[in-house]
Amino acid sequence: MISPAIYLARHMQVMLSTLGQMIRSPMSNLMTIAVMGIALALPTGLHIILKNVQQVTAQWDGAAQISLFLKPSVTDKQANQLANILRQRQDIKSVTSINRNEALEEFRKNSGFGEALEALEENPFPAVIVVYPTEQSDNLLTVQGMLASLKDKPEVELAQLDMQWLKRLYAIMDFGRRGIWVLAAMLSLSVLLVVGNTIRLAIQNRRDEIEIIKLIGGTDAFIRRPFLYTGFWYGLSGGILSWLLVTLSIWLLSGPVNQLATLYDSNYSLSSLDFLSSLTLLGLSICLGLAGSWLAVSRHLHAIEPE
Amino acid sequence: MIEFHNVSKRYPGFGDALSQVSFKLASGEMAFLTGHSGAGKSTLLKLIAVLIRPTNGQVLVNNENIGHINRRRIPYVRRNVGIIFQDHKLLFDRTVFDNVALPLVISGLSHREIGRRVRASLDKVGLLSKEKALPITLSGGQQQRVGIARAVVNKPPILLADEPTGNLDPELSREIMDLFSQFQQVGTSVLIASHDLDLIGQMGNKVLTLNEGKMTAGGMHNER
Repeated sequence: MISPAIYLARHMQVMLSTLGQMIRSPMSNLMTIAVMGIALALPTGLHIILKNVQQVTAQWDGAAQISLFLKPSVTDKQANQLANILRQRQDIKSVTSINRNEALEEFRKNSGFGEALEALEENPFPAVIVVYPTEQSDNLLTVQGMLASLKDKPEVELAQLDMQWLKRLYAIMDFGRRGIWVLAAMLSLSVLLVVGNTIRLAIQNRRDEIEIIKLIGGTDAFIRRPFLYTGFWYGLSGGILSWLLVTLSIWLLSGPVNQLATLYDSNYSLSSLDFLSSLTLLGLSICLGLAGSWLAVSRHLHAIEPE
Repeated sequence: MIEFHNVSKRYPGFGDALSQVSFKLASGEMAFLTGHSGAGKSTLLKLIAVLIRPTNGQVLVNNENIGHINRRRIPYVRRNVGIIFQDHKLLFDRTVFDNVALPLVISGLSHREIGRRVRASLDKVGLLSKEKALPITLSGGQQQRVGIARAVVNKPPILLADEPTGNLDPELSREIMDLFSQFQQVGTSVLIASHDLDLIGQMGNKVLTLNEGKMTAGGMHNER
């Protein structure tokens, strides 16, 4: 009955006129948009923080390493021999050895306690051999077996597996991720209800109009359309606001984080929302706006019938 | 165009608003529906606009039994029925033009076509110069004519009017009635509920009389 071109033009017209209506009464609409923006910014921001933590720890991912602290009596030559023997093993990917002098130099350079070292009569540092297992043997059981065998070497004073804390960190991060999902779900629900309630009020304000349109043959779809587009605009502007809030917060945090990273001798910098995440945020926000208005419209539109 | 066959409408707890009403209104025919208040005039009009459903009997509009049609069909039935209300039912935050254009916007006509038809319709009721005015700035008679322009802008085959001259003086009432006659002459079926017996007498159209829900004049004999 209606040609596609006119149908499309109608949609565009409703889309723009609902935007116009929102712009004409900015105060009440800004409140709704602000609530949406803040509610969405919270889980998004936490998600970003978690992602950054993941990025930091990614370099350690799967990198169990065994540090062998050698007895002080072991000479550099002996240490090198041991390192070479270990390099031959099939289950070891690589071996780094740090002799006592190197350990001392590194400490002097990085710690700032160089002068304190002058007071010592001899080098307090043991030689260290760091063993990296191959990827195949990089699981807790094999690595623990390796640890046991290395510990028994006569040259070794202490063998330490640097993995436990990583496992704990991952567990904490898993917990955090789950927590963010729960928070995101609850806040999304609240966004849904806020939009729903705003649209419900809009429907009540235009009760007469809806009644008249029904009287002269307006379909449900026709009546629904402006409210759904209003929901769409709420979703879009709420999403944009939350994007701005998150980006601004990251920007505010990036200074201190860079400073912190420098102190840890890293050139790490905080990453913000990438393109895909930004798109996802906007998409989700629009979906919530639409769903909220759909909820309100389907609940309240049938109740308005002309008499 | 409109046919009622043994139509009854019962409101639970209030008894029969209409009982066993049968009548026919042909294409291009104009008729008055009269009776004291509470006789069932509004109920009868509401049945034609599918604002309510009959308890018994058949209501045919355009040969379609609308008594039990699907809810989704209702808007399309209403587009064939132009309704004029005693209280005009205009949107006061929109111009005269926008009010009259509403049925065309709903039907999805193009912008240009809407403009053309709205102006033709406003011209017909003599309000072309008021297209940019807000309804609140118009007199009662002018508002009524905006309502008429809106009802006929879609060129519906059926026109219903519920007490269209209720608040108007005799001269204005006569003008409105003449307007209806003009629509009838171009083939529209017109049904006007009114208790203005003087005016009805002057017009000389068919008269359907309701008394306590029964059609006492102008209807068809009850069918078995």
